[in-house]
Amino acid sequence: MKHYFLEGAGRRATALAENLGAVALMIKSMVVWLFKARPEVREIVRQSVRIGVDSLAVTILTSFFTGMVLALQMGYTSKNLFNEPLYIGTMVAFSLVKELAPVLTSIVIAGRVGAAVTAEIGTMKVTEQIDALYTLGTNPARYLLIPRYAAFILTIPLLTIFADFTGIFGGFLVSTIKFHVPNSVYWNDIFTFMQIKNFMHGFLKTFAFAGMIATVSCYKGLTCEAGAEGVGKATTEAVVLSMVLVMVLDYFISAMLVAVGII
Amino acid sequence: MIEIKKICKSFSGKPVLDNADMVINDGETFSVIGPSGCGKSTLLKCIVRLIKPDSGDILVDGQNIVHIEDEFELAKLRKNFGYLFQGGALFDSLTVMENVTFGLKYLTEIPRREYPRIAREKLALVGLEKAEDLKPAELSGGMKKRAALARAIAAEPKYIFYDEPTTGLDPITSDMIMELISDMAAKLKITSIIVTHDIRLAFTISTRIAMLDKGNFSVSGTPEELRNSSDPTVKKFTEDALCSGAPAHRRGPDGKNGRKAE
Repeated sequence: MKHYFLEGAGRRATALAENLGAVALMIKSMVVWLFKARPEVREIVRQSVRIGVDSLAVTILTSFFTGMVLALQMGYTSKNLFNEPLYIGTMVAFSLVKELAPVLTSIVIAGRVGAAVTAEIGTMKVTEQIDALYTLGTNPARYLLIPRYAAFILTIPLLTIFADFTGIFGGFLVSTIKFHVPNSVYWNDIFTFMQIKNFMHGFLKTFAFAGMIATVSCYKGLTCEAGAEGVGKATTEAVVLSMVLVMVLDYFISAMLVAVGII
Repeated sequence: MIEIKKICKSFSGKPVLDNADMVINDGETFSVIGPSGCGKSTLLKCIVRLIKPDSGDILVDGQNIVHIEDEFELAKLRKNFGYLFQGGALFDSLTVMENVTFGLKYLTEIPRREYPRIAREKLALVGLEKAEDLKPAELSGGMKKRAALARAIAAEPKYIFYDEPTTGLDPITSDMIMELISDMAAKLKITSIIVTHDIRLAFTISTRIAMLDKGNFSVSGTPEELRNSSDPTVKKFTEDALCSGAPAHRRGPDGKNGRKAE
């Protein structure tokens, strides 16, 4: 029994080390091509539109309702505790800006675009389109990976800013319509306490989330097994892993930012 | 000239190429035949360095390409090569025109304004003049192969590799592809290397045929020499392939291929 456990653990550790090594090589290849060849601007724009513009509606919708539900919960909780709705704006803005907007936006993008990127690259691999890139004088790092990384890193932070604003606006509607909190009180609750560093706390995290989602979705696509089943499996793994890693990274980066005073 | 010297390649410990030796001369239409899974496609991918051989040397015009590790060097080397993949491997997100011009940007110094002219010229060569705005999903199997062929020849390579060019096509489309391969070789003076298990294709258009068996070349010669070969493997393979693979209307009175090698 112990023997099997050790064998299994050893196998998993070896596979993890192999995967991490392959990811490092993939990133190294990208860095090399980033400096040696002109970037594929057209592809970067195309991917940015696909990741950013096409995801704007779903991001706005998600954050809008998140802001609304936060205001609703905070309103009722503070009414129960203090007999009146207090600090709804503060609660909504801090929750959104520091945590919910970056995390939810990243999760939405991982599900919507990360999956598509894995499926696209995976299909390209099983239909020899990746090999075709080599024979046509380029390679996947230059043509596929760099534009997708750039697009994720450019658009997720921007989408997060949109999510911040729409979430706060959603909270504002509930706060004023449902709880009859005056406009000025809601905004005052936000701007009295909110500082630039609070915003930066959430904003900086999105770069790490974007890099991680790009890495997972591209790597899973490039290493997917042959056939439709292989592509499907890689896509599922990419989405699950991205979502879990967003949560894991969120804790560690938050702790790190707090440690350096960006609270 | 391509010289293949004692190339070995294994996958998961299973040898696929085992000391394969061959010379492909300029201007030849050279076919590699053999059963599925005998390492034909692996051989092609080793020559264009999509796969690195475990050992041995491959000399392209005297340059040993096996030990080149730098991606830029390999990209330069690939200017000499055009590759027609088994399924075409056209980029799904691009139109036929964009697919055909794709390699020009990376393989040549041709100004961008020339791309449409070159693409139209190559598409006309393969008979796809009206398909330039279509996406690969809108093309039939034969059209995909022809579009992929136009892409492979767009940068005017010295060598063109065909990986199972007629697989999955109906006899009429297969004939069309065969004629295209012959035309390309004649008009563009390209050295063609074809891997196929379509014995009819090999006998029809090749100037030389080699049989890949158990990882190395067992026999090579002109189509006529192979047809008359007493080697039991060649005999069995060619007879089986001719009887099962070639449609009746193409077989000669003796049950073999009715068309002679050009």
